[in-house]
Amino acid sequence: MATTLLNVDGINVYYGAIHAIKDVSFHVEEGEIVTLIGANGAGKTTTLQTISGLLRSKTGSITFEGKNISAISPNKLVSHGLAQVPEGRRIFLQMTVEENLEMGAYTQPSGGVAQDLERVFSLFPRLKERRRQVSGTLSGGEQQMLAMGRALMSHPRLLMLDEPSMGLAPLLVEQIFEIIQNLNHNGSTILLVEQNAQMALSVAHRGYVLETGKVVTTGTGSELIESPDIKRAYLGG
Amino acid sequence: MTFLSHIITGLSLGSIYAIIALGYTMVYGIAKMLNFAHGDVIMVGAYVCFFAVTSYQLPAILAVPLAMVVCTILGIVIERLAYKPLRQAPSLAVLITAIGVSYFLQNSAQILWSASPKSFPSLFTVGGNKSLGLFGGQLQISYTAMATVLACIVIMLGLTWFTGNTKMGKAMRACSEDKAAAQLMGINVNFTISMTFAIGSALAAVAGVLMCSAYSYLLPTTGSLPGIKAFTAAVFGGIGSIPGAFLGGVLLGLIETFTKAYISTDLSDAVVFAVLIVVLLVKPAGLLGRYVPEKV
Ligand SMILES: Nc1ncnc2c1ncn2[C@@H]1O[C@H](COP(=O)(O)OP(=O)(O)OP(=O)(O)O)[C@@H](O)[C@H]1O
Ligand SMILES: [Mg+2]
Repeated sequence: MATTLLNVDGINVYYGAIHAIKDVSFHVEEGEIVTLIGANGAGKTTTLQTISGLLRSKTGSITFEGKNISAISPNKLVSHGLAQVPEGRRIFLQMTVEENLEMGAYTQPSGGVAQDLERVFSLFPRLKERRRQVSGTLSGGEQQMLAMGRALMSHPRLLMLDEPSMGLAPLLVEQIFEIIQNLNHNGSTILLVEQNAQMALSVAHRGYVLETGKVVTTGTGSELIESPDIKRAYLGG
Repeated sequence: MTFLSHIITGLSLGSIYAIIALGYTMVYGIAKMLNFAHGDVIMVGAYVCFFAVTSYQLPAILAVPLAMVVCTILGIVIERLAYKPLRQAPSLAVLITAIGVSYFLQNSAQILWSASPKSFPSLFTVGGNKSLGLFGGQLQISYTAMATVLACIVIMLGLTWFTGNTKMGKAMRACSEDKAAAQLMGINVNFTISMTFAIGSALAAVAGVLMCSAYSYLLPTTGSLPGIKAFTAAVFGGIGSIPGAFLGGVLLGLIETFTKAYISTDLSDAVVFAVLIVVLLVKPAGLLGRYVPEKV
């Protein structure tokens, strides 16, 4: 039986007076791809940032591998096995590709970094060609690969991706989702936030639909893709 | 010969500005704040060295590291007590706090060490001589000037190597670009900022010792004007840039010295700032700075 890796239970997050996340609960089992979908401003990024500790919930709890992590600082959570590819990639534009990856390995013992670099380069050969290039000069797709590679450098047990398809051409989006599926086949557990509901649901085992800070529907990927409500609201049909 | 000697004076003054400016620029680059108390840390470093040498008869080789250690701790404490609580506050609040810390240090120095000037001993002598005579004694180069220029070059190269090659140095650059993303890498941003203050303050101590050794005059307000000029130098070279602070400092020292020599002693500061304004009009990011438009 699969074990629960991440359990989010009744969190409420505020930006000053704005109540952005309202009693949100969901869980991710080991080995799954779980997606959070929803329109602009639904609260997807806020949810991820709360899990990674950049924002705090007023109530409820977040447990990771059975441990309550809701009060742990974001930099410490990395050693617990959480990694996030933030919205808009947020790579270090003035640093080289290789330096960005090294930053991803910041919590790792230095002895294994060279090997991890090779592992990431074999996933993203484009990055290897450009390892000495300043990353601000990479294309959007390459920057997304770098952001993903950087997150993988810390050997996360849960990889959280915030809109990896944002701003990419359709062909590249497909490539990125293929990589996500491959990572999952090789054992990575993934929490995927997307506005591209079609793509996200087609790769996800399960999904949750967020609307104005609340979970309104949940189900398996295929259930949600077939649901008339979802089709109308998110899949343009 | 006088021209050469002006060059040497200018280089040595500029090297002092550059060492101070390197501290300014490191802190600005990473903490994104102007630490106006930086100049007063210089003064504290100079006093520590002064008392170590005159009251405790310590040799310079021990007195200078002692001043660096004291200033490093002072820098970390200032950051922890005055600036860290304001991490989320508007930058104007931080700026006013920094000005407050600056006056606090000056007034404390006045209470502890009195407002009367101390005559700082010359720390750099060889065989009892303060300077090396060249061309049959026509050109005198003080050993303090040599030490200053050498220290400045070593510090600039050291910092460049540190930020480019060490894990901590790279983490500093990551923090300077994006603190939230740096945290998501596992970097302890508070610790990194603390280390930046430590480095900047240790450099301030070095600058203080070299400056007082060159001008043999120490007051609680000694650090104030050089601090402002070094800040100018950092902006001149491109704030946040290590080679920029170096270049800005050295140019500022040369401009100041040559203005004093050939135009007017009274006008030298006005000329320095006029040059700064012209440079910023032509290159808003400074000589070596990158212009990053404000994100909206
Ligand atoms: N820093 C902030 N200050 C105030 N309100 C915010 C802030 N960040 C987000 N919000 C608000 O919180 C709500 C949720 O935002 P969030 O960024 O989590 O949405 P999202 O689902 O990620 O949207 P998108 O798909 O556009 O990225 C929105 O109403 C947004 O306006
Ligand atoms: Mg978002």
